[in-house]
Amino acid sequence: MSEIIAFISQPWPWYVAGPIISLVMVSLILFGNTFGISSNLRTMCSIVGGGRSCEFFDFNWKNQIWNLVFALGLVLGGVIAHSYLSPNTAVNLSVSTIEDLKALGIDQPGAHLVPMEVFSWESLFTLKGFIILVVGGFLIGFGTRYAGGCTSGHAISGLSDLQLPSLIAVIGFFIGGLFVTYLVLPHLYSL
Amino acid sequence: MKLFRYLFIGAIFGITLAKAEVISWYRIYEMFKFQSFHMYGVIGSAVVIGVIAIQIIKRYKVKSVDGKPIHIHPKQFSIPRYLIGGIIFGLGWALTGACPGPMFILLGNGVGVILVVIAAAVLGTYVYGLLRNKLPH
Repeated sequence: MSEIIAFISQPWPWYVAGPIISLVMVSLILFGNTFGISSNLRTMCSIVGGGRSCEFFDFNWKNQIWNLVFALGLVLGGVIAHSYLSPNTAVNLSVSTIEDLKALGIDQPGAHLVPMEVFSWESLFTLKGFIILVVGGFLIGFGTRYAGGCTSGHAISGLSDLQLPSLIAVIGFFIGGLFVTYLVLPHLYSL
Repeated sequence: MKLFRYLFIGAIFGITLAKAEVISWYRIYEMFKFQSFHMYGVIGSAVVIGVIAIQIIKRYKVKSVDGKPIHIHPKQFSIPRYLIGGIIFGLGWALTGACPGPMFILLGNGVGVILVVIAAAVLGTYVYGLLRNKLPH
């Protein structure tokens, strides 16, 4: 048993992760649902009473409980991976990425899952931390609902169903992502 | 409990994205810099198998586990909605290095401040709901 744990505690290659993601999508389809995580954000708006001020959130969110439970499973999966399957936190980045990140001024790139100097409570009170965490989160919520889906709903589910709208959305994801990576992050990290 | 299966599948998904480092801010940066095949391999292989699986489900009219017919609804065509919405999402994805799934998985990994990102995303969703009728779709 401990050998199995040690084996799966290594970082998983793409050709293991990709097929499992398709399996998750197919399982949800076979359960009669769809694979799309950002819908939970809309459900959360509805639960806290968003339906009173906006008809977009006025729906029976109880039909979406399965998706909230799925999101709870994500948290649980994170706990299991973190507590039992991760002997170290380092990320196996490419050499060129590590050099670029050092040039941005990031300490020990890839030592943890996220840059700890940004993903901390203290950093919320800096301009850099506020833009990355609060503005970034806001744009994700706004954009994903506007586009009708996020990476799971469009890049995985939509493309798997050969949906042209999803391809347009994914092209949009990359236009926005490349803009931030090449033109915004260098300035943000020099703040 | 019928809901237990969603918890189970969610946990499998969470472990997978954590162990494949998909939830890492650095991996998203690396992807947008085209410096590694990793993220393209993850998404690409998921889509290739997904296309085959959905074709099988459609061709053979596979039923759901409850015995009901499976409907996969086509998305309504539009360019501005998906392009503008997609770009806005992409800006946030590259800033936070996390899309909605990884946000929840990072929370389980002990990155507590991600709660603020989730709250901001809920707020962003709410503001979209308010402005929805004024935006091009």
